[in-house]
Amino acid sequence: MSTTTTAARPSAPPSASPVPRFVRDVATVFTREITPSVREPLGPLFTLGQPLLLLFFFGPLLGTVGAGGDQGSWQWFVPGVLVMLALFGPMMAGYTLLMELLGGAMERMLVSPLNRTAMLIGRALKEFALLLAQSVLIVLLAVPLGFELYPLGLLAGLLLLAVFGVGLGSLSFLLAMKAAPSGELFYGVTQLAVFPLMLLSGVLLPMDFGPGWLQAVALVNPVAHIADAMRTLFAGSFTDPSIAWGALSAAVVAALGLIFGTRAMRRGVGV
Amino acid sequence: MIHARGLSRTFTQKRGRPPVEAVRGLDLDMEAGTLLAFLGPNGAGKSTTLRMLTTLLPPTYGTATVAGCDIAADPDGVRRRIGYVSQKNSASDSHRVRDEMVAQGKAYGMTRARARERADELLDRLELRELADRTPTTLSGGQRRRVDIALGLVHAPELLFLDEPSTGLDPHSRAEIWEFILRLREENGMTLFLTTHYLEEADDMAERVVIVDRGRTIADGTPDRLKADLASDRIELALRDEADAARAAEVADRFAPSSAPSSSPPSPSMASALPVPVANADTAMPEVLTAMEEAGVKVTAARGVRPTLDDVFLALTGRSLTEEEPAE
Repeated sequence: MSTTTTAARPSAPPSASPVPRFVRDVATVFTREITPSVREPLGPLFTLGQPLLLLFFFGPLLGTVGAGGDQGSWQWFVPGVLVMLALFGPMMAGYTLLMELLGGAMERMLVSPLNRTAMLIGRALKEFALLLAQSVLIVLLAVPLGFELYPLGLLAGLLLLAVFGVGLGSLSFLLAMKAAPSGELFYGVTQLAVFPLMLLSGVLLPMDFGPGWLQAVALVNPVAHIADAMRTLFAGSFTDPSIAWGALSAAVVAALGLIFGTRAMRRGVGV
Repeated sequence: MIHARGLSRTFTQKRGRPPVEAVRGLDLDMEAGTLLAFLGPNGAGKSTTLRMLTTLLPPTYGTATVAGCDIAADPDGVRRRIGYVSQKNSASDSHRVRDEMVAQGKAYGMTRARARERADELLDRLELRELADRTPTTLSGGQRRRVDIALGLVHAPELLFLDEPSTGLDPHSRAEIWEFILRLREENGMTLFLTTHYLEEADDMAERVVIVDRGRTIADGTPDRLKADLASDRIELALRDEADAARAAEVADRFAPSSAPSSSPPSPSMASALPVPVANADTAMPEVLTAMEEAGVKVTAARGVRPTLDDVFLALTGRSLTEEEPAE
């Protein structure tokens, strides 16, 4: 059929490149997603505003209340600020997807042969990269304040955080897809979720200060476990069981986000 | 280029409301190289059909091959061969025009270098070169539309779907968009499938018009064929005396061609005019006027009116194609 008109056409031949198509599609989506942040770095810097304010204006108060014990308050507080960053950034990651769903950009890409799973993985990887870059910046700014670097622990901690960021970002994408076309679900759930997750994670003050029931609630909050694990790792320790709990929490969030996110993307998005 | 058989889509609704049959057993065959206009009132199933043919929505029943590939068995093959310009803006607001076009090329498997080359080529052809480093938020409606079309053309598709390409544009931009569409078609021999609610556009540009209503095809042919078969020329008369209306209608009946629809509405500008269906308005005019005079009917104004695609739709359904369109 239609062979008469296709002969002279440079119409997208199947890939002859050695890179598997899936990897190439992930790279295409990732590059597309990260480009605006590279062109206008002010956007990702604004996201840093709140954590930076906390670092400089709230962090110094913690030394006086004895948070962090003999490790010192910076060792205790900096991982918390990073966890907060990983909450705010990826949780709102679905917003750009929602905007593209409400406009026609997402539909345009769904009509292209881009791999559906790659559309989600590429976006999640962008959150991963952005979060790492922002975290490194915060850590560097914290060093002059008295934060002590344990390179291996730092690396492991950042990796843990980024895995969590990928998961939370994917859940945010999933929420955006479910929220289209009105978007209300997205705004509602993110607004509702972000503060309990943050307050019950002991990011700002140690949960040990709280009554027993509050500590019990925090136990079911994956963010609290990730914060604990980060603190242990950032103190240069690799043996505490909190690391296992944190890693497990991050892995579960990532697995849930990626599984349900890619499934929703593959099914197509009803706009 | 397109072969659809019994294409149907039913949407289930929440809370026990009855399912909506948006498209009901649509058959369609489209030859390569055609410019086909797909018309119908809002809710007729145009968009749903388009979404099925472009692999965005799986059909409930029925099959279709598009550009040689089955939409259900080989959606990837369809996606490689078709272009789609939706009603909404294809370019994201947070991306620069050129970046989006390069990303689009890579999505279709081009290398970075080739995607850049192709983006620049299309930016030139659609006169978007100066806007390449801007984001769509800073562009005018007509410029944004050109970006949308450029994005749909990146991979030089054999078949391009255009959903309401000129809606919401001022007349100048509309004409400009059409100029680009027709020129690109001529240069590439592209097959075009478009929906529009500007009936005169379909009339002027399309080689074939398919009219759908309530999920089914109700008419299919060249615009001239459809008008000749389903609507006729008419002469509209303004009468000096309303009392003559009955007698004038009697005279008018004598001229009615056999195929004429029973009721054609007068044009809005001559609201009280009497429509006289005739085979050919130009040749019938003197005869009609003479006959009216002989019958003693005083005519104050007369004009010949050619049928439009709206008359075709009216003849088929008793409704106007445009009346259900919301004001935009």
